[in-house]
Amino acid sequence: MRTLRARLTPYALIFPGGLWLAIFFVVPTVVMLSLSLQSGNVVDGFAFTFNWHSYVDGVTTYHDQIVRSLLYGLAATVIQIVIGFPVAYWIAFKGANRKSVYLFLVLLPFLVSFVLRTISWQYLLSDNGILLGPLRDAGLLPQDFRILATPAAVIGGLSYNFLPFMILPMYVALERIDPRLLEAAQDLYASRVQTFLRVVLPLSLPGVFAGVLMTFVPASSDYVNASVLGGTNTTMIGNVIQNQYLINQDYPIAAAMSFTLMAVLLVGIFAYARALGTEDVLEVAAR
Amino acid sequence: MTEIQAGPGAAASAAPGSQQTPAIELDNVVKEYTSHGEVVRAVKGVSLAITEGEFFSLLGPSGCGKTTSMRMIAGFEDPTQGVVRLHGQDVTSVAPNKRDVNMVFQSYALFPHMSVWENVAFGLKRKKVESAEIQRRVGEILEVVDLTGREKRRPREMSGGQQQRVALARALVNRPRALLLDEPLGALDLKLRQAMQIELKRIQRDVGITFVYVTHDQGEALTMSDRIAVMNDGLVDQLAAPREIYERPATKFVAGFIGTSNLLSGSVDKVNGSTAVLALGPSDRILAPVEESVSVGETLELTVRPEKITISTGQPEGDLSVVQGTVSEVVYLGTSNSYAVVLADGAEITVFQQNAHDSTITAERGDTVWLSWQPQHSYVLR
Repeated sequence: MRTLRARLTPYALIFPGGLWLAIFFVVPTVVMLSLSLQSGNVVDGFAFTFNWHSYVDGVTTYHDQIVRSLLYGLAATVIQIVIGFPVAYWIAFKGANRKSVYLFLVLLPFLVSFVLRTISWQYLLSDNGILLGPLRDAGLLPQDFRILATPAAVIGGLSYNFLPFMILPMYVALERIDPRLLEAAQDLYASRVQTFLRVVLPLSLPGVFAGVLMTFVPASSDYVNASVLGGTNTTMIGNVIQNQYLINQDYPIAAAMSFTLMAVLLVGIFAYARALGTEDVLEVAAR
Repeated sequence: MTEIQAGPGAAASAAPGSQQTPAIELDNVVKEYTSHGEVVRAVKGVSLAITEGEFFSLLGPSGCGKTTSMRMIAGFEDPTQGVVRLHGQDVTSVAPNKRDVNMVFQSYALFPHMSVWENVAFGLKRKKVESAEIQRRVGEILEVVDLTGREKRRPREMSGGQQQRVALARALVNRPRALLLDEPLGALDLKLRQAMQIELKRIQRDVGITFVYVTHDQGEALTMSDRIAVMNDGLVDQLAAPREIYERPATKFVAGFIGTSNLLSGSVDKVNGSTAVLALGPSDRILAPVEESVSVGETLELTVRPEKITISTGQPEGDLSVVQGTVSEVVYLGTSNSYAVVLADGAEITVFQQNAHDSTITAERGDTVWLSWQPQHSYVLR
């Protein structure tokens, strides 16, 4: 009796979450997949016809937006590593007993809604706003200088909005490094730079790896930053999907684009994991 | 085999007046920390000279400043005052990676992302030793610590004892002028610890490198060291060979910290040449050798080791210290019996009696017994 209960316990634990995912993830995914293969219009209705054309048309038409999304996502990810790593390092090794205070400060902007934060960036970067206005008036910037509606604004917004998702996993990895390892490296004649490159960096890579996954994926598929901070030349695939779905009501092509993006990201992630699998990364760093 | 330097003669040359430049010197070193706005003096002025090739222990309870002293030798702590010298050279402000000493950390601090081989080769690579030489030396040292064939293992795949030996090899392979060991056996179980004590001593003899060993375990220090500095509250209480420390503890703290000891005090009744006679109870007398002039009536504190005391039911004859008391406890310890005896003045004395001939006990709880010992085994504390 007891053994049966013991055997059922793991299933009982996974049941609520499993059911939740089954209903709210698997079902819509299947519905969308089917939708992407249908043809028709809102007025006459859609029918399942194995219509692969939505994929072909979508990729041909929105090829640029897909590439742009990946590039913006990549740029934002790189910027976040460069900005976030020193922050994570500093909190982990120099934070002493205030670590949780600093982590809270990192998360503080998240208490404000995502859209609102992005709109405040728009205000900050606007052509006659509090940042550019005075600089232009002082003659420090050319009259036609602008940030808003440029790739820089969109990439900047993406970098800012997902930064905590980069910092937190890197912090977790760095925090787990025994400070004695740094002393041991120094004791074994390693300079500060060598200690960082040979010990700290390789041991923090699992965190960087997790951070990249957690920021690159949402940044590449984001549409808020491009629509609030961008212009006509910075449209990302997320904007295309949103447009097709909500405005043109061309559901099949929107669904097809969603799945195309998902496939591209999955392929990218697996390639990345294969090339830089955590264990392998550590092997390389140890040499 | 690895080159053999100073060798076993090193202990003898540790005597004062030796011509050799000490391998390590601490010259009136002080270390202060500020913690919560309060200045804590962890080390309050330590001076010591460690001889080349010596097995030197810093022994003391936790918080006595022994680890801080060692970390100042390694360069991880800057002394607030004083000078650290390695082979006569002032290294007080030299960074740890520029000091020719290596450390074996308490928790080993092995690099988890590297194999055994990579861990051991780490120091040689940083010193830009050529790769054929690295191959040779790493192979050699892994043989010394008996880990040949495990080069590709990761630290986490090894037992505590093996990790300990990797840590040792990682430090020794660099042929440092001195090896600093911070309670390296603390995490091992008793059997392994005892085996490693002998092993460490053998390795130290083989490689001839100066070992500075930090421990709170007096047994470990007594077993392995050529000399021991007993530290207490940021100061060195006594610096001497193990036998000297055990037989002639300099202070009450040392007497209490090293082994079991009985503390007695009494006023001087008579002084016969170099022997003082102390009176305790009516039929008690304690004979103790005294160096300096002691006057009658002065109170002396002295210590007697439990194994030096003979327990008997009849009054012993001869020029012995003799005290009478009542047995309050008898404990059978296998190789010996331990008695607790309460004297007339309330002092409790522990006596060890070897189970050499028969295992019958001399006295039972509640019996009145005589305790006696040779005059030279009374050791007067300053």
